Formats: sequence, structure tokens, C-alpha cells
Amino acid sequence: MIVGGAIVALFLTMALAPGLFTAQDPAGLELERRLAAPSAEHWLGTDGVGIDVYTRVVYGARTTLATVVVVLVIAILIGVSVGSVSGYVGGWLDGLLMRTTDVFLAFPPLILALATNAVLGRGLRQTMLAVAFLWWPAYARLVRSQILSVRKQEFVESARVIGASRFRIVTRHVLPNVIDPIVVRASLDAGFVALTAASLSFLGLGAQPPTAEWGRMVAEGQKFLLDQWWVASFPGLALLVLVVGFNLIGEGLGDRLQDGVGGAVTAYGKET
Amino acid sequence: MRRYVVRRLLLMVPVLIGVSLLAFFLSNMLPGDPARAAAGRLATPDQLEAVRQRLGLDRPLPVQYALYMGRLSRGDLGTSLTSKQDVARELLIFFPATLELLLATMVITVGVGIPFGVRAATRRGGWFDHGFLGFSYFGVGMPVFFLALLLQLVFAGWLRVLPIAGRLGLETLPPPGLTGMYTVDAILAGQWSTFVDAVRHLVLPATTLAIAGVSEVGRITRSSMLLALSQDYVRTARAKGLPERSVWLHHALPNALLLTTTVIGLQVAFLLGGTVLIENLFSWGGLGTYAWTGIFRLDIPVIMGVTLISTIAYLFVNLGVDLLYARLDPRIEYE
Repeated sequence: MIVGGAIVALFLTMALAPGLFTAQDPAGLELERRLAAPSAEHWLGTDGVGIDVYTRVVYGARTTLATVVVVLVIAILIGVSVGSVSGYVGGWLDGLLMRTTDVFLAFPPLILALATNAVLGRGLRQTMLAVAFLWWPAYARLVRSQILSVRKQEFVESARVIGASRFRIVTRHVLPNVIDPIVVRASLDAGFVALTAASLSFLGLGAQPPTAEWGRMVAEGQKFLLDQWWVASFPGLALLVLVVGFNLIGEGLGDRLQDGVGGAVTAYGKET
Repeated sequence: MRRYVVRRLLLMVPVLIGVSLLAFFLSNMLPGDPARAAAGRLATPDQLEAVRQRLGLDRPLPVQYALYMGRLSRGDLGTSLTSKQDVARELLIFFPATLELLLATMVITVGVGIPFGVRAATRRGGWFDHGFLGFSYFGVGMPVFFLALLLQLVFAGWLRVLPIAGRLGLETLPPPGLTGMYTVDAILAGQWSTFVDAVRHLVLPATTLAIAGVSEVGRITRSSMLLALSQDYVRTARAKGLPERSVWLHHALPNALLLTTTVIGLQVAFLLGGTVLIENLFSWGGLGTYAWTGIFRLDIPVIMGVTLISTIAYLFVNLGVDLLYARLDPRIEYE
């Protein structure tokens, strides 16, 4: 978990202050130095249009981390709203909302993401929305199941007896007790979100050039793979290391909160 | 038990209707004009209108959806707007290709993951255990598209021992189609060299897809083996003087496999909708490729067909896992 934290912190620093790591311009193409091998001047070489690969990898951290944060925030917001309405109001509305999550969970995920992304158009924001669209049902389910177990407890009963409104009970008494499992779940999901978003970008749907995005960089480096392996390899490696970092944190948090979360959270992105 | 299965099957119907609605909605929201995609770029406005009317694309969306579902209830998946072929017939070509890839992936996942997990658990703290845990972190975190490129680079580019993409070499003819899975068909037809060629083409894409599964399955097998090995019945078995190997394989492993089954099921379900990237990279003409081209050619019947068949497969895999669960653990009963 410490290793994971260190990895993510490193990338976070890159995302917030890329200038600390590189003085070069991530969009500064210089065609005469294209496809240069790694050297003292260009640590990781240069790509097909002569941009320093190391610089682009550093700037790519911002794109990927921003994507992960935005996707999880959107997914959690939708998930918490749907899940708490479903779990607290119950009745036919609960049935309807849960059947909706069933549909989303059964829908082939990549087809859903591809189609949504295609509907919204190419671009980083569109990809964020498309991936969030994929992830909210898991949070809705998680929140609902937590709420069902919390709402019967005494402190909720007593709040009701005092005459607190439903909204107040949910936001003040129920939801705070649901936060821990959501945090664990989000930390376990972060890596998968990064991978999914990068996959969409790899297919050409996500961030468009000149934005530095690792998935996209791997795709661009694909054509030079045999002779100029560094163009595709380093952004791919950066993504790998970041995802491993996220997973280490997720696992550490999961172990710590295991009792509270039980079997609802797996390292999978889907409920068991 | 039978009532449980029937109930589960009935519960699939609303999910499938929901999925079809969502798929229909999404595919009609795709930017562009499906009639234009069907008529071709050179069609005159009159021809375009004629195509639009013939395909019923001029009618209100709810009507189109109702018509589609009406045909679907008779088993008609419609005709592809771009290839003008029966979607059902095209699925019969593409589905087996994906299935073959999936089966090969699962063979590797199970065949490597479970033994690795068992070995890591029985030699806890040893070099193999540490090595495997380290590997599994990278296995889970590896972007598949990156892994695919690396394997292609090493095995097809540098070492030149495996083909880079495709399902068969250029000089190999597909075996007579029976199942549509080249390896199976080649065996059935007794074409040994075709079989070898098909397997060689399977190795890289299946390995790419299996790495994450091997890591997950191995890790879950390891941790449930460790749990099982700490139980009283294992102590009893040891006290009886059974050889350690027999304790592992006959007492601990069957109990440990329970969780492993779930993870394998999830893996299959995940792969069913997740082969788009790999098929793209390895020029594997399967469901993923079909879905991908469908989306970009605005081919609504194709998108609908692929989505529905993948969803059905997913739902049946889930049901299968639950039933298998009850088989493996007699304490679990469904009603």
C-alpha cells in the first residue's frame, strides 16, 4: 500500500506540476529530430513527429488522472443518488431502478462504452462520460445494499422517531455510514477506469492530439513498433505502473475495511 | 431446483428487453444517417429516400423498435444495412471465432491459474509464491492493448516464431465449416497441418487475454487454498497420516475451488463483451470486430444482433456459474 501510494503520488505530482519533471513542450514538434532513440537529451527518445516521449508521458499523467477522478466522481454521484432512492424509498421505484442496473450490468461493457462514446463524439470529455456511464450501476447497487443494512439500525429509527425528514435521514444519518465501502470500491476501480479510458483512446475515440494521452500514444507508436519500440512502450509502461499503484492502494484499503465491506467488493469491477 | 432455473430464465426476459431498448436507443443516436450508410455515398437524394422507405427508417422510432421486436420474436435478426446479409447468418460466422478465442483463453486461465495458485499456497512465502504474487500485480494492471503489442513485437517481430495476426496463414484454407471454430473443424476433418496453423494463430491473442485471468484465478485460488489449509478437516486429514499431496488435492482444493469458480465465471462474462480490442489488434474476425464495424457503419441491425447475443451468452454464463456453485457446495440450495 505504501508502494502504491508512492506511485500514485508521483504521477499526481506529474499531473499537477509537469514543469518540475520536464522543461520541454509536450506539443513542441521538431520534425528533424523525429524517431530519435533514447539519449541523454531525450531520455525516452522522440516520437513520429519529433516530440520528446518523456515529456509527453509526464503530461499524459494529467489526462489519465483527470479522467479517473472525473469518471469516479460522476459514477459515484449517479450511483449514490440512484442507490439511496432505491434503498430508502423502496417499492416499485426500487424495482424499476434495480432492473435498470441489471440491464446496464448485462450490457456488453465495451460495446456500451464504444457506442456511447461514438454517440457523444470523439474527445476526452466524451470518453469520461462514456466510461462513467459504464460504472454507475455498480455504485448504485453497493449504496443500495449498504442502505438496506443501515436503515434498520437503531440510530436511524431514533432519527425517524424524532421526526427528521427522509432527506435528512438519508443525507445525515445513512450516507455517512456508506462512505467507507464506496471509497474502497472506488480505489479498487480506479485502475480499471484508467485502463478502460485508455482503451477507448487507443481505439481513437478519446483524447485527440495534441493532448498527451497514454492509450493514444501507444496507438500512434504501433506503426513504429518494430524499429522504434520506445514510442509505444514508455506510455504503455507508465499506464501499467499507475494501474499497479492504484490496485495496491485499493487492496490495502480493502484489507483494512474488510469487516465493514464483506463480500460486496471484489477486485473486479462487478459485484459477486 | 427446476423451479429456480425456470425463474432465472424468466428473469432474463426483462433484462433482454431492457438491453434491446438501450441498444436501439444508442444505435439510433449515433451521429449520421443509417439510410445514407445503407444506400452508399453515391446515392442520389431520390435513391436515398427510396432506401429509407424500404428499410422503414422514415417511421417513428417507437414503431421501428416495435417492428424490430416483432421480427425478433420470430427469430429474425434482420439484414445488415451495409453488407445486405442476414445478421443471424453473419453472427454464425463471427460468434464461433470469438468463442474459439474465449475457450483457448479459458484453457490457459484455468490450466495455468489454478496450478499456480495451489503451488503458491502450498509453498507459502517461498520464491514461487513471491514470484507469482509479483507477476499477478502486473498481470492485472497490464493494459491489454499494450501487452498485445509487446507479445507481437517479441514473438512475431523479433523471434519470428508465431504469426502476428489473423486466424490462419495465407496458404492455409479454412477447414470445412461445421462449428466455425477452426481448431475443432480441423480435427473433425482430420487436417492436422490446418489444426497446427490455427493453434499457432491462437497462442498470442489467447495469451494476451489470459494474463489477467491467470493472475486473478491464481490469486483467488491461492488465498482460498490458504484458508482451506487452516481448517480443522485438513488437520484431521493430516493427523490420519495422509500424504501431504493428497491433503492438498483431495481435501483442501475442492473447497478452495468454490471462489475460483466465481472468478472464472466473472472472467468469462467480462471477456464476452471485451474482445473488441484484441480482435482489432490481431485481425480476428469475431464478434468484437463485427460490433466495432457495426457501430462505425451505423449498421443498427448488426449492433442490435451482437449486443443481444453477447448479453444472452453473458446471462447464461452467470446462470451456469450459480448452478455449478450449488453442485460444488451441496450446502447451497436454490429454491
